[in-house]
Amino acid sequence: MRRQRTPENRGDRAYRLATAAVAASIPIFMFAILIFIFQYSLPAIRFNGLGFFTTSSWNLGNLNTAATVVKNGVTGLPGASYGVIGLLVGTLFSSAIALLIAVPTSIAIALFTAEDAPRVVREPLVALEDLLAGIPSVIYGLWGITVLVPLVQSTIAPGMSKVLGFVPFFGGGTNTGYGLLTCGLILALMVTPIISSTVRESFAKTPSELKEGALALGCTKWEVQRRITIPFSKTTIAGASMLGLGRALGETMAVLMVGGGSYAALPSKIYSPISTMATAIVSLLDSAFQDPTGLALYSLAEVALVLFAVTLAANMAARVFVSGGVTKAFVSRSEA
Amino acid sequence: MKSEKGLSSRKVVDKSVRGLTLLVTLLILAPLFDMIYIIVSNAVPSLSLDMFIHTTVTDGILNAIVGSLFLVLLSSVIAVSLGVFSGVYLAEFGGRSASFIRFFADVLTGVPSIVVGYFGYIVFVLYLGWGYSAMAAAIALTIIMIPYVTRTTEFALRKVPSEIKEGSYALGASKATTVNRISFRYAAPGIMTGILIAVSISLGETAPLIYTAYFYNYLPNLALFHSPVGYLTWVIWAFINEPLALAHQQAFVSSFVLMVFVLCLGLGARFLVARWWKS
Repeated sequence: MRRQRTPENRGDRAYRLATAAVAASIPIFMFAILIFIFQYSLPAIRFNGLGFFTTSSWNLGNLNTAATVVKNGVTGLPGASYGVIGLLVGTLFSSAIALLIAVPTSIAIALFTAEDAPRVVREPLVALEDLLAGIPSVIYGLWGITVLVPLVQSTIAPGMSKVLGFVPFFGGGTNTGYGLLTCGLILALMVTPIISSTVRESFAKTPSELKEGALALGCTKWEVQRRITIPFSKTTIAGASMLGLGRALGETMAVLMVGGGSYAALPSKIYSPISTMATAIVSLLDSAFQDPTGLALYSLAEVALVLFAVTLAANMAARVFVSGGVTKAFVSRSEA
Repeated sequence: MKSEKGLSSRKVVDKSVRGLTLLVTLLILAPLFDMIYIIVSNAVPSLSLDMFIHTTVTDGILNAIVGSLFLVLLSSVIAVSLGVFSGVYLAEFGGRSASFIRFFADVLTGVPSIVVGYFGYIVFVLYLGWGYSAMAAAIALTIIMIPYVTRTTEFALRKVPSEIKEGSYALGASKATTVNRISFRYAAPGIMTGILIAVSISLGETAPLIYTAYFYNYLPNLALFHSPVGYLTWVIWAFINEPLALAHQQAFVSSFVLMVFVLCLGLGARFLVARWWKS
């Protein structure tokens, strides 16, 4: 144990132990989530086997029969088959679109707020950025339904399929406006303030000697940014992008509201309706209650487990680049 | 000359990048203002006394407002008491176990809220047999709030100048007394900021509540177990997909109320930060 400056009296010892016991709730909650979801999904893991990771289907089986099938010691309905691939593709594709838009956008915003903007508007800009990060995801979903979905349907999707139609996956247009592209756009909007606030702080820490030296050599502002400011922050940019990715992968309500909900079919074009792992847990639970064997509920827990693993991987990657990880981005809001 | 031409084209590139950063910033802020505009323009014509004194059974959202406040109050009580003292441990008694806990606080923040919700459903609703209940929902929200409260408390306590703490030790005060009487007072605005951010996050959550609190069209009976609770975010999510105009009005007024709460909490947090740094 660490040596104390003064010998620890009884009251202090009790205080330390009491706060330690409270602090232990954090790892306890963490392990409880992992253990209970794993335990609950065990029958599904045994029933679905490796097929869960190689197929795309969500079929409860025949609900109108008393017959059941037993696979690997687990009882399910005849014809039941569960595979996560469609949901995994929906999750990864929508997050990838979001990052492709959000990362360059965030760098531009960070450059603007850290360097270009007149001093008087910097504070309000940061406040607006915080506000955007703090808006509940159902509100994004509501805006998505009332504004973005009609906009994608009437303008963005037809425009894109006209201009980029020769590229596979980009042609064909949309009927409804609900789908992969809309999810990607709304996720991009949601993760941009998270990425840009982290990157902005790093830009502001660029040593001014380096920047001034480059300016003195006759570089333009953009050349200084391209050669010095951005490279100086490249690990932060990578870390912040991973933070944004972690958020996008697990985002539920906004994507649920604009995704269009297709569970088994892989998206054939960027306008196809999709579900992600997170949205499937919400939208499939009601129907899962109808499965008398409970297998549908266990399979949803298996989906939750995969989602947990994927977001954990993104957040671990973020930790490699940005010390403090996810919480840092929020804690720093009480710092500035 | 050649270099002259090079210089002017470089300046053109620089100017266009300047314009681009401004344009991109405006492009991202536009949806924010549009969101506020859409909510206000749809909610204001529907604002009526009935909205605030009737429940979702008829033409109001009273049960959702009361339910949201009930759930947030309940989860805040748990999350603040756990989070603040966890923060004390991390800041004052750090060491190897503290970095272990810090690591898990970060991991916990990254867990998708729907996974927390499904965990709550499995453990509280099914295994413990609480059914859809305020307590199941409050613990799910607590799990989401704790890391924020913990880390901001730790951060605020670390900012307490060592002179102040040493003065207290010199007067013979124990560490416990110093933290409780001296450091807390100094760090209070910082801790409060973290709490306000956590409250604002939990107020806006939907996914962890859908299968823990479920929804209830009547006023919550304030029982902790075996009674579902209605809340604002459910009204927004579920009612906007219904065909009736009244349901849409209820969804927009709920959004309006939620945004007012979130804005007030955000402004409160900023105000506290500003005051903290002045002192």
